[in-house]
Amino acid sequence: MLNEIEVDVAVIGGGPAGLAAAISAKENGAEKVLLIERGSRLGGILNQCIHDGFGLVLFNKSLTGPEYAEIFIEKLLKLKIDYMLNSMVLELTPSKKLYVANRNGYHLVKAKAVVLAMGCRERTRGAIKIAGSRPSGVYTAGLAQNFINLQNLMIGRTAVILGSGDVGLIMARRLTLEGVKIQAVVEIMPFPYGLRRNVVQCLEDYNIPLHLSHTVTEILGRSRVEAVKIAKVDENLKPIPGTEKIIQCDTVLLSVGLIPENELSRQAGVEIDPKTQGPVVNSMLQTSIKGIFACGNVLHVNDLVDYVTVEAQKAGMWAAKYALNELPEPDRKEIEITLGENVRTVVPQKIVPGLDTSLFFRVYKPGKNKTLNIIVDGKNIIQKKCPSITPSEMLKADLKGEYTLNAEKIHVEVCE
Amino acid sequence: MTELFNIAVIGAGVVGCAIARELSRYNLKTVVLEKGSDVCSGASKANSGVVHAGFNNAVGSLKAKFCVQGNEIFEHLCSELGVPYKRTGKLVIAQSEGDVKELENLFEAGLKNGVKGLSIVDRKTVKMMEPGVEGVAALYSPNSAITSPYLLTIAYAENAAMNGVKFKFNSEVTGIERKKSYFKIYHDGDYTQAELVVNAAGCYADKIASMIGYTEYKIYPCRGEYVLVDKRWSHLITRMIYHVPPKDKSVLGVHITPTVEGPILLGPTADFIEDRDDTSTTMPGINQIIEEARKILPSLPSHDSITAFSGIRAKNKSKEEGGLGDYIIENRRDSYFINLIGIESPGLTASTPLAKHVVEMISELIKLNLKEDFNPIRPAPIRLAELSHEQRAELIKKEPLYGEIVCRCEHVSKKEVLDAYNNILGVKTLSGLKYRARVMMGRCQGGFCTAKIISILQNDLKTPYNGILLKNPGSYLFTGKVREEDEKDVK
Repeated sequence: MLNEIEVDVAVIGGGPAGLAAAISAKENGAEKVLLIERGSRLGGILNQCIHDGFGLVLFNKSLTGPEYAEIFIEKLLKLKIDYMLNSMVLELTPSKKLYVANRNGYHLVKAKAVVLAMGCRERTRGAIKIAGSRPSGVYTAGLAQNFINLQNLMIGRTAVILGSGDVGLIMARRLTLEGVKIQAVVEIMPFPYGLRRNVVQCLEDYNIPLHLSHTVTEILGRSRVEAVKIAKVDENLKPIPGTEKIIQCDTVLLSVGLIPENELSRQAGVEIDPKTQGPVVNSMLQTSIKGIFACGNVLHVNDLVDYVTVEAQKAGMWAAKYALNELPEPDRKEIEITLGENVRTVVPQKIVPGLDTSLFFRVYKPGKNKTLNIIVDGKNIIQKKCPSITPSEMLKADLKGEYTLNAEKIHVEVCE
Repeated sequence: MTELFNIAVIGAGVVGCAIARELSRYNLKTVVLEKGSDVCSGASKANSGVVHAGFNNAVGSLKAKFCVQGNEIFEHLCSELGVPYKRTGKLVIAQSEGDVKELENLFEAGLKNGVKGLSIVDRKTVKMMEPGVEGVAALYSPNSAITSPYLLTIAYAENAAMNGVKFKFNSEVTGIERKKSYFKIYHDGDYTQAELVVNAAGCYADKIASMIGYTEYKIYPCRGEYVLVDKRWSHLITRMIYHVPPKDKSVLGVHITPTVEGPILLGPTADFIEDRDDTSTTMPGINQIIEEARKILPSLPSHDSITAFSGIRAKNKSKEEGGLGDYIIENRRDSYFINLIGIESPGLTASTPLAKHVVEMISELIKLNLKEDFNPIRPAPIRLAELSHEQRAELIKKEPLYGEIVCRCEHVSKKEVLDAYNNILGVKTLSGLKYRARVMMGRCQGGFCTAKIISILQNDLKTPYNGILLKNPGSYLFTGKVREEDEKDVK
């Protein structure tokens, strides 16, 4: 009854990561590549990102989301890579079987290799436990972006934005341009959580007030949002009694973080890093299940789509090699990276000895004039000056394979 | 001449809807008046969903009697109405030697109330049954079960509607006039006429009663907050886990309950409040819930909640009086006006026996004739997520709309959304779709599927943007269009 399809590489997700991975898998010799996308068009969340700033690293141009996506969609079509739209993977097994539903039927895709590229979702009101009533007018920033940019629907007249993540900042500007009054952007941390350029271009340029070390403590209104209560928070991020203020608004936008969407990965038994909330991967972006690779925001939430593309190209390449039985079998065990001072996450978490690896880090605390040290077997082999660091921006370092060929231990830290 | 109903039920909570369904067995013209935009707009959607066994209720009380009766028929009831039911069993955990005495008291009360299967188990057995739970002993009730409180209420109402009962939503009763042989019930600028009125208005039952002069009733709203934890953690417990009831005895205290859909439910708190519509959650409430739940299940994460909500208990005893009264079901002064006052927990479990009791009262006043074509079966809606791979394949082949997934967290298809939209009660709100089809209910809380649902409402179902509501009138989602749509590109 199930419609069976056999492929070399199945890519789950048709956003920037999935597109780049599928293209790369094909270019690296995989014959049958199948990209599976749950939405009605390729490009993923880029389709609703009509602002510019995409492609600065890769193309030295400031493209909009759809323009950036178009480059890869065209290439995919040119390479005649198979793809399914409006198709949802309902189950992924450790033996790389995918159960896929769409209007044409229920399909069993048997893949030699799988690339996970499902992206991420937004944290919700429930996840951060905002107290108060439950009226309409509370949206995650990305949902609001979908309504405004794709469905031509205006979501309110006066808004408070909780969280200064990039989507929230961009929506502050977008809503302002459409005549919505942004009463405030409220950030619980003592520093903004989005890219510096977005703070400048989306808030400062429009005189939108940013309240750092503040949070929304209550939502008011029975049918539709009528106001929010905000308060200052102490160093433990707990609201300080007596500092509450009421701000009138009919809309609350939440931009309180993104969570890699790893339900399928978990189902397949892929090991998840509790800090990144994405799979634990090695230098080949291979997860704990052989033949399942991960890239993009499902692996770790990225700041720039350009990085996603580069990462996905690698994942696609290694997946193709795996499918073709060409994946080099390292003669030594992978080296687990240990995290030192002020390093919160690293991706990949494990190094394949001898393989060139790009490492991405996030820090706990912001700071100025710090140094990123990568210490291999006690020897500090990379010292990278970081004039300004913040938890919202990833740090990148390239670790050459020659340093890890015979290494036992790799340690990273960010210090004075 | 305006239609004259035989019976008007005020309030479409679980009790009002159960009564409506029982009444639909007879040749009667019945109407249900509800101030919300859907059934279960109040406490009936915001509770633990527990089918109680009956050991928590005072010996000889109506609560105990209806609860025990309800527990016995519940599985059959759910199978008739296509509602999920799971007999998980319940453990009331003693965490100190002092608590053990309380377990014995509950055990005794249970025996007297006719509860079957109760036993007191030791620490070792607790650990064996629930490895994550900390306790020195427990009262084990194998017949305690869980259901979905809102799906049951919806199913009661749908089955009643299938059998001819009329539902009027957004119809808040503002006045009642006693005429010679009937009542004139005013609501939202309109009125409804009925020979007999059943007041099942929950938190507002005292206000409704006072409209025709019963001023002796008083409802004391008592808010209970809940936190729902991601279903990723559902393996932590297999049964309901309760503390021994707190000293003030008016409530059962914070407990940990599996739900039929998977997530774990924590709560509720108990706060007597003034405003009976204030279903806000509070920071202290949420923190208290997590703290108390973790005392008994330390491995429960404090960070992985999906949502928090609250419901208001309709108590008929004040905090000062101990907060614990029995159900009041009476028609003392005007036999054609039946008041149900203080129908709080175990109202869900007790709903059908309670409804049968009300019908019996009615039968003494109005001659009831059984309908020959009454159909007690309300088929369960198809849920793609619950089917095997082969069943899914077959279903999608027959109806391709089952292959189009709208909600990625709960795997709900477009066909299920459309079925929910076409419900017999005529409810068209987002919240109505949510409770019927489980869209917007998963861990992303509608972050993705809301966009798809809005697109379906606009494009497939031709709902204008200003007709899209979360729930009640006033809970609009959109304030306008971003751009006028008739602007054409000029070549």
